[in-house]
Amino acid sequence: MSIICDHVNFTYSRGTADEIQALKDISFSIGDGEFVGIIGATGSGKSTLIQHLNGLLKATSGHIYINGEDIYDRDYSLKELRNKVGLVFQYPEHQLFEETVLRDVCFGPKNQGLSNTEAEMRAYEALQSVNLMEDCYDVSPFDLSGGQKRRAAIAGVLAMKPEILILDEPTAGLDPEGREEILNLLKTLHDEQNITVMLVSHSMEDMADYAERLLVMDKGRIIMNGNPRDVFLNAELLEKTGLSVPQVTYILRELRQKGFDVDISATTVDEAADSIMRALGL
Amino acid sequence: MGIVEIDNIAYEYIRRDEEGNVEGIVRAVDGVSLDIKRGEFISILGGNGSGKSTLAKQINAILYPCEGSVYVDGKDTSVEENVWDVRQAAGMIFQNPDNQIIGSIVEEDVGFGPENMGIPTPEIIERVNEALKTLRMYDYRKHSPNRLSGGQKQRVAIAGVVAMHPKCIIMDEPTAMLDPMGRKEVIRAARALNDVEKVTIILITHYMEETIYSDRIIVMDKGKVVMSGDPKEIFSRIDELKRLRLGVPQATELAYELKRRGVRLGSGILSGKELVTQICRSYATM
Repeated sequence: MSIICDHVNFTYSRGTADEIQALKDISFSIGDGEFVGIIGATGSGKSTLIQHLNGLLKATSGHIYINGEDIYDRDYSLKELRNKVGLVFQYPEHQLFEETVLRDVCFGPKNQGLSNTEAEMRAYEALQSVNLMEDCYDVSPFDLSGGQKRRAAIAGVLAMKPEILILDEPTAGLDPEGREEILNLLKTLHDEQNITVMLVSHSMEDMADYAERLLVMDKGRIIMNGNPRDVFLNAELLEKTGLSVPQVTYILRELRQKGFDVDISATTVDEAADSIMRALGL
Repeated sequence: MGIVEIDNIAYEYIRRDEEGNVEGIVRAVDGVSLDIKRGEFISILGGNGSGKSTLAKQINAILYPCEGSVYVDGKDTSVEENVWDVRQAAGMIFQNPDNQIIGSIVEEDVGFGPENMGIPTPEIIERVNEALKTLRMYDYRKHSPNRLSGGQKQRVAIAGVVAMHPKCIIMDEPTAMLDPMGRKEVIRAARALNDVEKVTIILITHYMEETIYSDRIIVMDKGKVVMSGDPKEIFSRIDELKRLRLGVPQATELAYELKRRGVRLGSGILSGKELVTQICRSYATM
């Protein structure tokens, strides 16, 4: 499913003294089945932007097209939009509320009007795809570990069968293994079910490992839009906006300064190792 | 005598059903002993649910051990009269800066702690200014906290603790919600407090690279301390760390990969700088 943002502007508290323009002339397009990362300092507008994509916030001006349809058209159904675009907020486990994990995951599909049996089938499927084992379906979601809770919450959104999945910092506060589990889950969903994934993250290393394309936001604008290798070549500009490049990219840049012929566009450990081996003639 | 002395403590969370019957007991901290020296910088690593936060909360008397004892600055935390002294000696910083800021102006927020301690106003002002300068937030003293970036807010929260002149600061994942620059600012601030002001720092984090300058790293699993040593020792045990749901700094991972492929490198590389220096030493003349 594709997303097009066309000159989108958004102002919070319009017409008051606290008026603040959070999105400025945002234009981009995302093709069906892409895996896109959004990076930007705190307050750069990332969360505001993704809330536009399932209609939680309405642009002050501009247009958003999901699969070619203008979501601001009078007869466009927002309910339909929210079925297609699943949004996972920061710390989604704070939204778990049901008595059992299974019932919590059923909540979304039931609200979509599915029968109990259908909703449960959806829930089973979703819980399985996030790798939660059956022995925890009947326990309270509050008895799960941090990483399990996070996955149960994501299952709640997956059970609604979104075609676009948007996640706001899904790995914040998880241990390294938990981070990897979530990211691998997203990669599998993307690779096997062709779900379009948009991911907000503060980890440049994770973005380098997983995203096919990066949107970089700064003060409400998109200042870069390209593949991670090209984006992370702009270390100085990224630092100026409160971001950084992956740690291995810094190492390569330093080696280049010392006269080694390394490729400073490498962003992952493997790419960096390849490049250093070549430069050392090994 | 250490600033924090933890002697064989255990902490149990008791789960009850609606009628109040005990359904289960989780031993979140299980037989931990730890002696933290004055001025030490300690990092605590461990997977989600390994007991790090439960341990930390017992150091400033938010929780009391079910078994064993915790002494902070020579005072037993489970004795009620000691609570205020303990909390003044050991300040705590949490993950979310927004939950820790209460003042509508930065300097008011930082002054809240010392004011509660009954310190005379002229001294409060002095302490607030000093704390804000230490955290490099003095220029923002008249600002409203809600217009600050995440890293700046977290530094205001730390200044609020610093203004109480603690001997020890416990930071429970202070960088989890911050962008890269914010993360650097907070870690730099923690190191400066430790280096310059000699404040003991206990840092809990899931970012391995934030711990490489610690004097000592403690690794927890299932409520127990399973590894303890300096960063070089700890991060040389990659396989064990991975089993404990942890990792190593990316520079260490790259060094490990290069060594595996035959590059001549020493052991114990933790930072990019060390890796670059070693590569230069071995190969620059070629």
